[in-house]
Amino acid sequence: MTAVKFGVVVFPGSNCDHDAYHILKHVMHQDARYLWHKDSSLEHVDVVILPGGFSYGDYLRCGAIARFSPIMKEVISFANSGGTVIGICNGFQVLCEAGLLPGVLLKNDNMNFVCEFVNLRVENPSTRFTAMCRQGEVLRIPIAHGDGNYYADAETLKQLETGGRVLFRYCEKDGSVTTAANPNGSINNIAGIMNEQGNVMGLMPHPERAADPEIGPTDGQKIFQSLMHCIVTDTHIHEFAAIERS
Amino acid sequence: MVNTSTYHARITVTLRKSILDPQGKAIHHALENLGLSSVEDVRLGKYIEMKIQTGSKEEAERVTREACSRLLANVVMEDFSFTVEKEQL
Repeated sequence: MTAVKFGVVVFPGSNCDHDAYHILKHVMHQDARYLWHKDSSLEHVDVVILPGGFSYGDYLRCGAIARFSPIMKEVISFANSGGTVIGICNGFQVLCEAGLLPGVLLKNDNMNFVCEFVNLRVENPSTRFTAMCRQGEVLRIPIAHGDGNYYADAETLKQLETGGRVLFRYCEKDGSVTTAANPNGSINNIAGIMNEQGNVMGLMPHPERAADPEIGPTDGQKIFQSLMHCIVTDTHIHEFAAIERS
Repeated sequence: MVNTSTYHARITVTLRKSILDPQGKAIHHALENLGLSSVEDVRLGKYIEMKIQTGSKEEAERVTREACSRLLANVVMEDFSFTVEKEQL
């Protein structure tokens, strides 16, 4: 299988960049490289990953300063021309601040920094991020954040829900979506969403922390495998839609 | 030569009324523990000062508004207000 080129953006304060790089390069055996925040080239990567961490110390608001890094200009135009972008945790916050994803991530409603494994229900397997998952499948992936309480206004929320753009929801082991399974107060238990065009995803959980068999569960691999599969076979979102309809 | 002056912008950023403010709630709880039981509600926000060197108060206000709407506040969840005053020599 041809290797997919992943670019992991490194902001000052990123701290999950090495985890993502390690998983992609050494566990998934793909072509992974770091992209420095001051660079202005994405080096022709297939997928851009905005990793977790505390870019710019979370000054002002999470992701607010990172959004103005030189590399983000390139990431925004890459995304707008259909390039695949994933924001994990702080990366999700950066994508919201950059306007590539709607809504915002507020402080957790319980005021705690929550670091634990959670159950995630796959809400839409017909995307390039989830193609290797089954509808309703429950993935076990950890979260680690203090500002993961997803919020969007009623109109935006409706568009996300009816457009199949909510990809993951916090749930119980059996897949039921309950208030008790919601670790941060996110509206509708939302853990991950994508944009309307289906090429940009943000999620609070860390798939790269559940992907190395040496250290634990590997459910996170499914997200990277989905991308690898879709990029190598050149499957696009409209084709998923066609598959679903037929 | 264009004459410029220093203007002081004082900006307040607050969470929108519809947004839950868990920090405000925690502070309210602490105030109750202090015995200040008449405090009804607490909302936490940000206060930002900027010094602007420009030709007119209108221009200083325009710069402040742009700074607020493009960076200092996230209008999805926050409101902002500000005052701009010319520095007294």
